[in-house]
Amino acid sequence: MEPFAQSQSMRRYAFLLIIVFAFTIPLFVTSRFYLHVLIMCCIWGMAATSMNLIMGYTGQVNLAHGAFFGIGAYASGLLILKLGFNFWFAMLVACLITVLVGFFMGVLALRTKGSYFAIGTMCFNVIVTVIIDSWDTLTEGARGLLGIPRPPSIPLLFGKEISFSSLVPNYYLVLVFLLFTLFVVHRIVHSMMGKSFAAVRGNEELAESLGINAMGTKLMSFLISTFLAGLAGVLYAAYIGFLSPEISDYHVTFELLVFCLIGGLGTLVGPLIGAFILTIVSELLHGLAFPRLVIYGFLLIIIIIFLREGIAGGVRKLWLKVAQEGGR
Amino acid sequence: MSLFIQQVINGIMLGSVYSLVALGLTLEYGILHIPNFSHGALYMVGAYVTFLLATTVGLNFWLAMIVAMAALAFIGILVERLVYRPLMLESPLSSFIAAIGLIFIFVDGALNIFGPDFKRFPPVHSQVFHMAGTTITLQRILIILVTVLLIVLLHLFIKKTMIGATIEATAQDLEGAQLMGISITRVRMTVFALGTALAAAAAALIAPIHLVHPGMGGPVILKAFVIIILGGMGSIPGAIVGGFIMGLVEALSGGYISTSYNEVFAFGVLVLVLAVRPTGLFGAK
Repeated sequence: MEPFAQSQSMRRYAFLLIIVFAFTIPLFVTSRFYLHVLIMCCIWGMAATSMNLIMGYTGQVNLAHGAFFGIGAYASGLLILKLGFNFWFAMLVACLITVLVGFFMGVLALRTKGSYFAIGTMCFNVIVTVIIDSWDTLTEGARGLLGIPRPPSIPLLFGKEISFSSLVPNYYLVLVFLLFTLFVVHRIVHSMMGKSFAAVRGNEELAESLGINAMGTKLMSFLISTFLAGLAGVLYAAYIGFLSPEISDYHVTFELLVFCLIGGLGTLVGPLIGAFILTIVSELLHGLAFPRLVIYGFLLIIIIIFLREGIAGGVRKLWLKVAQEGGR
Repeated sequence: MSLFIQQVINGIMLGSVYSLVALGLTLEYGILHIPNFSHGALYMVGAYVTFLLATTVGLNFWLAMIVAMAALAFIGILVERLVYRPLMLESPLSSFIAAIGLIFIFVDGALNIFGPDFKRFPPVHSQVFHMAGTTITLQRILIILVTVLLIVLLHLFIKKTMIGATIEATAQDLEGAQLMGISITRVRMTVFALGTALAAAAAALIAPIHLVHPGMGGPVILKAFVIIILGGMGSIPGAIVGGFIMGLVEALSGGYISTSYNEVFAFGVLVLVLAVRPTGLFGAK
């Protein structure tokens, strides 16, 4: 077999193995703490993967991603608490609200390029947080939104049901949505649409001269990524049950950026690796007086100077080298 | 009427601070094309250095400010050398992301060393003047005067000295300047030293009025970016005028409408301007 095809099929088996492993984790991890950490990993992994779509695959540094995460979370929380929506319906509507806000933001901001886009989206992120914080008749402001219920039970055959009151079903819920997110991003990236994303990332003018509508392409990528960010926010709201304006803050955006860059931008598993490693490390070090963000800062600078492709990019390079030598 | 005058004076005072911060940023971004997002964090560090010198060491306020400016100039040079120099040939976005790393280091570092609480300066220059129904402390007048002095000094430095001339030459044409034998590394060092020293001066001036805390640089740097995008990259008059406009808008909207939506106004304007003219008001098409 060709080394490339061989590495492709081996990768497929590796993925399958990891998915099976992920589904069997609750069989031997029973500690509530570790399950909680895993659930947080999945939620942040989803958010980072969605950011990767616009930033890694389309090359637009969107610094409003935390705002979309927050909008999704707040929209679902408010729909459930204030309007009495069913969780699943609220999830759908909240994601659509996020996309709608994303549409207005995208139409305005995507006309700009490079650092201007980064600064413009970041200003938008601050605006969203200030509005959530100040509009307290709607969002309860700095007091935060309390008592968002877990998803309702899903009835099964023979009178059984899946209840989300314990941690294991919640883990499976976020895992399924994480896999959904990865699947969507994977399919997009390997489709014609994904190729036009990459073309715009490479050189916008050149892409336009080939007949690609750069604005439409960027907007499409932006909207899909806001949808997925909103979805991650909805799951966060339902799992944690409490929201405060900080969840839409630009620090959330920065953390997602760190996850993406350390794991490897523009690779499918990179942001996931970054989110898992850093979430686990920071949850384990939670009790200690430890300047987590200072370390993040140094990591970010070192990665951007020396290891541009992050962990996943580094491993891939190594892997290709090994595969090439093996095929010779 | 007295509310109006009071707010205008507050606006000019705030505007002085914004101008000084925006001046440093416009030199770094406009001339060197480095979106130094960590400028606000360095501003915060400047405030802490002044605070420590004035309280723990017990220096005179103005001496503390000058020492802080020198210290921050040195930190600025270090930041340029260690972080931005290796990224010189990369896209500005890499520098932007590295700057976010610097913000983590400085802001969270300050949080760990000094704690999250607000530090209050011992009162300096708290003499009060009454004029046409308004109350002005001496510190506010001094802020405006010192800002004018610093701007004049910066102007003289750029127009009258050799190093200033090399900065201007680099701003006009980087490759041309290099061909004329101008050392770009020296220009980069000078610009960063100047820029961060100005930020430190701004922070030291405002510190006795606003409080000193680790998060103080965040809103200021975003406003400075708004100012230089609206006022034109690398434009010194643009940064000064833009800074005063920003200060006045903030003081007046705070006095007449509401202070909680302050940032929504400032950044809303930016998002709208960028939507109409994606390269900024005075940017090249």
